[in-house]
Amino acid sequence: MRRSRFPIAMTAVVMAFLYLPIIILILNSFNPARFSSRWEGFSLVWYAKLFESPEIWQAVRNTLIIAVSVTAVSVVLGTAAAYALHRFGASRLQRVHYTLIYQPLVVPEILMGISLLMTFVAVGVPLGLFTIFLAHVTFCVSYVAMTVLGRLQDFDFSVIEAARDLGASSWQSTRKILLPMLMPGIVAGALLAFTLSVDDFVITFFVAGPGSTTLPLRIYSMIKYGAPPMINALSTLLLVVTLTAVLLSQRLANRRSGAVKSTG
Amino acid sequence: MAEFLEFRGVSKRFGTIQAVSDVSLEIKKGEFFSLLGPSGCGKTTMLRVAAGFEEPDAGRVFLDGQDITGLPPDKRKVNTIFQSYALFPHMTVRDNIAFGLAIAKRPKSEIRTEVDRMLELIRMADQAGKKPDQLSGGQKQRVAVARALINKPDVLLLDEPLAALDLKLRQKMLIELDIIHDEVGITFLYVTHDQAEAMSLSDRIAVMDNGRIEQVGAPAEIYESPRTSFVAAFIGDTNFLEGRVHDCLDRDYCRLAIAGLPEIFCFNDKVLQPGQPIYLSIRPEKIHISHDRPEEKSRRNYLPGIIEDVIYLGSNTKYWVRVGGYRIQVLRQHDRYFLDEKPLRWKDECWIWWHADDGFMLDHFRKADEGLLAVPPQSVGEPINGK
Repeated sequence: MRRSRFPIAMTAVVMAFLYLPIIILILNSFNPARFSSRWEGFSLVWYAKLFESPEIWQAVRNTLIIAVSVTAVSVVLGTAAAYALHRFGASRLQRVHYTLIYQPLVVPEILMGISLLMTFVAVGVPLGLFTIFLAHVTFCVSYVAMTVLGRLQDFDFSVIEAARDLGASSWQSTRKILLPMLMPGIVAGALLAFTLSVDDFVITFFVAGPGSTTLPLRIYSMIKYGAPPMINALSTLLLVVTLTAVLLSQRLANRRSGAVKSTG
Repeated sequence: MAEFLEFRGVSKRFGTIQAVSDVSLEIKKGEFFSLLGPSGCGKTTMLRVAAGFEEPDAGRVFLDGQDITGLPPDKRKVNTIFQSYALFPHMTVRDNIAFGLAIAKRPKSEIRTEVDRMLELIRMADQAGKKPDQLSGGQKQRVAVARALINKPDVLLLDEPLAALDLKLRQKMLIELDIIHDEVGITFLYVTHDQAEAMSLSDRIAVMDNGRIEQVGAPAEIYESPRTSFVAAFIGDTNFLEGRVHDCLDRDYCRLAIAGLPEIFCFNDKVLQPGQPIYLSIRPEKIHISHDRPEEKSRRNYLPGIIEDVIYLGSNTKYWVRVGGYRIQVLRQHDRYFLDEKPLRWKDECWIWWHADDGFMLDHFRKADEGLLAVPPQSVGEPINGK
């Protein structure tokens, strides 16, 4: 009996459609040719150029400042929100709370960008790193909360009672039992928040001010004024960073070993 | 000995459900005390009130004379073994057991020797480095016991600790728990829905239903002289007969008039007057059965009947015997009473009899409790092959 070739052909087409542009980009980043896409041999010249550009370093610095602070703040707020949602989730107010937290995951980015910009202008906050930070926190909190909530949903709270029973105070049982057991979820949420912050373009575009250009914004403006192949190198580096973070976050989110199983 | 753990008028409501209503209970020092009842009877709520996980709506809890009602769980000298074990999955067996002492900031060397002693007690010294999910159910159970005992609590609370284990392991752990109780000599408050567990381990049992205590007493007392139809039907199996007091023969015995049956002799431990309505409980294994009418002795009740069903259970056989309007359950080890007798079969005529002391008059009867009894088949067909 002959197996149909259709599934394998379909898979190949989809994979090509998804990944061919990225592969071309990566290959071009090692191509020394300036204007043509003709392969002129392997070279790291664009990477070297990249490291000489002060504008790009400024953008990298901005991006990292924002990403790190956004991650720190949204992990704390998101974890707290997830805990509150899980522990007191039955009331109607909490269902409203859940919907509010879930919103940024479904609202179009452009809408969030415009509404945030209008708010900042109305309140009179000068646009800059701080407004980008606030904007990123608003949606990163939701992602962290959802990741941690997933972990809380199969958390057996009798271990917290056991800790209290054995003499731990409320704070001790949180620090020694709850947080270590939630840690994979929290770290996964943190990596997700970091990634989202690093490569967010649309919202950042609306709320950025002078001197607060982030990496995605810088790349966009470089393309607008001609596309130096430097961008290929920069995009490749960005790809490596975000891909690593996403993979790590998925691995941690799926690692439900020990933490939950043994209590069942 | 004086009461050690005392519940005084404890009530607890969850939403519209009254989990515990006005329960008072006194548990003595060193006692193995069980709370026995069906699920939802309030026994676990009582345990959680003692542990400090739930605050009662009304009533107080005393431990060794001190009011502990408002104390948080970490301030009570009481430790719990949870049904799900609730071991800390991110810690090794050693760290799990050491948790209580580590929280109390005891010196490292002391913690080490104490944990070693506990590992010895539960015979798991070679497993100290393992994580909980590498352990079997029985091993997890033992770690939970060690973790709770290391704090040297005044009372150990056990919430259905054997429910998650299979039958053979449960029997083994039952013996181990008994040994541990004897060794450490602290008070155990044991919550279970399994009457066999409660009967075999406890010094005393409180039978609970619907948030109230039905009866408190030693296992034999609960079984042999149940006060209510619930206790009689929930623990073991029984027959209920409804009637009136006919007359009192002397201070100890009376005769009962029960519709459709001859007069029944019964031990009279209550002050009863002729004409008073009564409910009699008689356990199936107290009733004898044979083909021939046995030699009559005093203070015995002899009733003729027809066997309507026979259920062979291996260690014994259950008969449903039609006597008047009743279907009486009889449990016997042998299917013949005299050696030369032919075995008891379906549709056979037979005699059943019991001693007046084995019947027990209930203080309180509720029709619904009959539902707890093993239900006999309502209609009986014809015997196969005309046997």
